[in-house]
Amino acid sequence: MRLALREAIRSFGRAPVLSVLSITTIAFALFVVGLVVLVGLNVQAALQDVGERVEVVVYLQRGTPIEAATVAMEDILTFPEVADAGYVSEEEALRRARSELAEFRDVFDDLTQNPLPASIEVHLRPEYRDAASVDAVASRLRGFRFAEDVRYGRDWIAKLDRLRSIAAAVSLLISAAFAAASIIIIGTTIRLTVMQRSQEIAIMRLVGATSGFIRFPFLLEGAFKGALGGLLAVGLSFAAFLVVSRLVLQGRFFTPVEALAFVAAGLLLGLLSSAMSVGRHLQEI
Amino acid sequence: MIDFVRVFKAYPKGVFALRDISFHVPRGEFVFLTGHSGAGKSTVLRMVYVGDLPTEGEVRVSGRATTSLRPRDIPKLRRRLGIVFQDFRLLADRTAEENVAFALDVTNVRRDLIAPKVARVLTQVGLAAKARAFPHELSGGEQQRVAIARALVNDPFVLLADEPTGNLDERATRGVFQLLREINANGTAVLMATHDLDLVRQANYRTIELEAGAIVFDSGVDEAAEATEVPGDA
Repeated sequence: MRLALREAIRSFGRAPVLSVLSITTIAFALFVVGLVVLVGLNVQAALQDVGERVEVVVYLQRGTPIEAATVAMEDILTFPEVADAGYVSEEEALRRARSELAEFRDVFDDLTQNPLPASIEVHLRPEYRDAASVDAVASRLRGFRFAEDVRYGRDWIAKLDRLRSIAAAVSLLISAAFAAASIIIIGTTIRLTVMQRSQEIAIMRLVGATSGFIRFPFLLEGAFKGALGGLLAVGLSFAAFLVVSRLVLQGRFFTPVEALAFVAAGLLLGLLSSAMSVGRHLQEI
Repeated sequence: MIDFVRVFKAYPKGVFALRDISFHVPRGEFVFLTGHSGAGKSTVLRMVYVGDLPTEGEVRVSGRATTSLRPRDIPKLRRRLGIVFQDFRLLADRTAEENVAFALDVTNVRRDLIAPKVARVLTQVGLAAKARAFPHELSGGEQQRVAIARALVNDPFVLLADEPTGNLDERATRGVFQLLREINANGTAVLMATHDLDLVRQANYRTIELEAGAIVFDSGVDEAAEATEVPGDA
């Protein structure tokens, strides 16, 4: 282990320009991945906020007794999709309409009779805020005897759904492309190192070093380069985040755990690509 | 100890590197492998250290057929062999003692055992005074001695030497050959490929001559009297 570490550092020191170059390239490739993931996270967070507002409203027939509505509400609360349900009386509906639609205050003031129905507002759990679940809940609500009408922003929810999947697909695709680029870069630098050290490797073989022993320093080197590239990429992403949040819009950065996961992902990429590269090129020596 | 039983080695396009090679090297023997370049000397040595496998027939090293070895057994076998080449194969960025220690480092020998072992073999090859020298500071003969020290440091039962004097002048050649004879006198078998017939004539060792991949002469078989000779008694 100590020897492997020494060999990895030695190889680093022997070709510093190549090492720095490869780490920088990996850092930039992972930086792009970081940006895309960050944009994805922020879009998801924004959509989440919008999603909070997904609600289904059941308008009740005029004259539905409050007891019946309460029983119905208890029933609705047992739906697995439902997070919360609240009763809005006719008076409450009118009061809200007055405060929210101030420009029509005169109209409301002239009323001799409240035209607004009572309703039950149903909020869904986050995991059921997709179009299909909302549809299912709405159709069950329509089945209630005293339900006059069930309203929800169907098109809007479907759009939100689509936006979510597009955002996820795009960030996945771009991340995958740049992750692949990182793998190729690390693989190439490892290949160069293997070639550069081919004589040493040949001697190691002759004196009876095991394949695992020969491979280990290269894996270590790849993992190290990947992790360092990941770390630099997090730094670059943070710099970019600071600039964007000062000039354009507020968003959120990676949590420490996410940042750590990102560095770990870099490490794994490095390990993977050096394993692939070393396995192949050691056979040529 | 080393047995070749009807060994053939064929390369694609039907070229034969070895044809029907059979011989036996007992423990402690010194054997010359002679023949022109391309006669198959290096291929025979490669077969012993499992750098190559026979296409047909069997090579047995220390009782085990090389074709039956699992990949992870090969390093274990090589630790019991010493291998020396014409071009020394030393690492240019390491001193003589580091080059020798390298063979122990990479085979997980306990660290505290390395220094005394290295000192012992460097003394044995007469280079104790130049332990800290880098290969470019050493003459060809000295570099080959370092390579021999590296080959000896694991106490091999056989030393495989592929044209060890091929790059050396006459004086250095004599010195290295003398060293190999001493090593053999201490009980290590030596299998030495060379096309230097003067060297072969200097000592009365068993000689196997190859031509186009086949054995054309084996003093161990063809001259029965010499086959029973005591190793190292030249």
